[in-house]
Amino acid sequence: MRGRHLLALPAGLLAGFMLLLALRADAWGQSLVADLSSHLIAITTGFTGTDVVLFGAVDGEGDVAVVVQGPEGEVTVRHKDRVAGIWINTDEIAFARVPAFYTVALSAPLDGVVPPAVLQRHEIGLDYIRLAPTQKIDKAEKLAEYRAALIRNKQRMGLYTTEAGEVSFLGQRLFRTRIHFPANVPTGTYTASVFLIRDGDVVSAQTTPLLVSKIGFSANVTEFAQRQSVFYAVLSIMLAVTAGWLAGIIFRKS
Amino acid sequence: MQIYLPIAELSVNALLILMLGGGVGFLSGLFGVGGGFLMTPLLIFIGVPPAVAVGTQANQLVGASVSGVLAHWRRNNVDVKLGLVMLSGGSLGTALGVWIFGLLQALGHIDLVISLSYVLFLGTVSSLMLWESLGAMLRGRSVASRSKLHHHTWLHGLPFKMRFPRSRLYISALLPALIGFFCGLLVAIMGIGGGFLLVPAMIYILGMPTALVAGTSLFQIIFTTGIAAFLQAVSNQTVDIMLALLLLLGGVVGAQFGTRVGAKLRGEQARALLALVVLAVAVKLAVDLIIRPEDLFSITLPGGA
Repeated sequence: MRGRHLLALPAGLLAGFMLLLALRADAWGQSLVADLSSHLIAITTGFTGTDVVLFGAVDGEGDVAVVVQGPEGEVTVRHKDRVAGIWINTDEIAFARVPAFYTVALSAPLDGVVPPAVLQRHEIGLDYIRLAPTQKIDKAEKLAEYRAALIRNKQRMGLYTTEAGEVSFLGQRLFRTRIHFPANVPTGTYTASVFLIRDGDVVSAQTTPLLVSKIGFSANVTEFAQRQSVFYAVLSIMLAVTAGWLAGIIFRKS
Repeated sequence: MQIYLPIAELSVNALLILMLGGGVGFLSGLFGVGGGFLMTPLLIFIGVPPAVAVGTQANQLVGASVSGVLAHWRRNNVDVKLGLVMLSGGSLGTALGVWIFGLLQALGHIDLVISLSYVLFLGTVSSLMLWESLGAMLRGRSVASRSKLHHHTWLHGLPFKMRFPRSRLYISALLPALIGFFCGLLVAIMGIGGGFLLVPAMIYILGMPTALVAGTSLFQIIFTTGIAAFLQAVSNQTVDIMLALLLLLGGVVGAQFGTRVGAKLRGEQARALLALVVLAVAVKLAVDLIIRPEDLFSITLPGGA
């Protein structure tokens, strides 16, 4: 719902923003300016996912890449093997500082245009996300396999995407893209990085923070459960007992 | 109607959860089992993190059992004395089980242990129960309660004999306490109420009248799941109150209908039906362990959820 509201922003208003940005870009001699339609994604009780619009302006020719990535954490990838007829986790690799969420949008395909080293440096594209194991793994083949499995699992959960948004140009200088955040988006601090690519290299970049946070009732419940866990435990059990009791009484009369 | 679960960090369809709670609640009232063995896998299937599924499940079982017990209480089908003796062992078992759960989690393979114990206990108990109840139905009478009356085994030689007038039993207090202890262990490790194990154990080992079994086991389950829910909420913060209340809302309504239908069923019919349902779950889990998974790789997200 929220997403639709944002998209329903009067086109004129958005264009106005963009024009302002374009003017600013010229005036300050910056080659790239960009901003988000919202810097806070509020997870309320009715949250079902949302869209955020990223818009900006460039000072001339070039392709634009947008990378949005979420809070980092350690992720363990486990591999199953058949042991005595059943499938059991037999091996694992832990990766440090794995982004919980990752999405990329491009104005044009970059494969073959931009050298892999450049894409690697800026983590543009699923193949170039920095995923380092916590311990040194000797076999490069094994590491690549686990790395691919991590990305595949994340894609299945809808948390790593590539095809979602394309960056579209409005004329020569103004661009915009829509970034989708699914209902299971993890809470935390995100960054939206915008890259201006010219002649196979990144000539300008800008990073904007974005916060995903529980708001209102959801946030209160989480805080209560964590800060006053004993009180929460007693209260939740009492609620359960009361609900059971009430149902028993209601059904007795009917 | 989509609703966001604050602890599970997941957006779900409220109607789906209500229906899930109602369906499992119905079975709970019908058979006198908590239904945790169905609910926990179902919750994990719709995307709830396993730790949250187990913790929340314990909480909702408290409510469902209270509602279930009320209906049995009015029919005077609860043996409080026997229930309290079982509970003395049950609380010890639950506390030990929570400790073992933590140990298994640290060692890894917790999922495998849970799956294997489901297959082992559910499979064995339900097969035996199905076999017995089908036999009883074919003969047209209940064998269980009859054969025990003139059957004296070593179990009857145990010390601390105690009278349980409501169940017309004179047995060692150690027996119900031990049964309670083992079921308490499973409550904590498998995230279930333990009813499907309690019910046959009370019928076959204690030789209790079938009519009293459902009410008495539910009475005991209120307290063991209560202890588990408390420990889970305090140590792991894995009780999602929103999810628990939604499940309860569906569950308590379902349980009332279940109890009514259950009153019309004969003992062996109810046991055969329960055995079939439990067997189906065990077979499903066994198949999952044996067939090649779609993706051999799985990931564990931060936070251990």
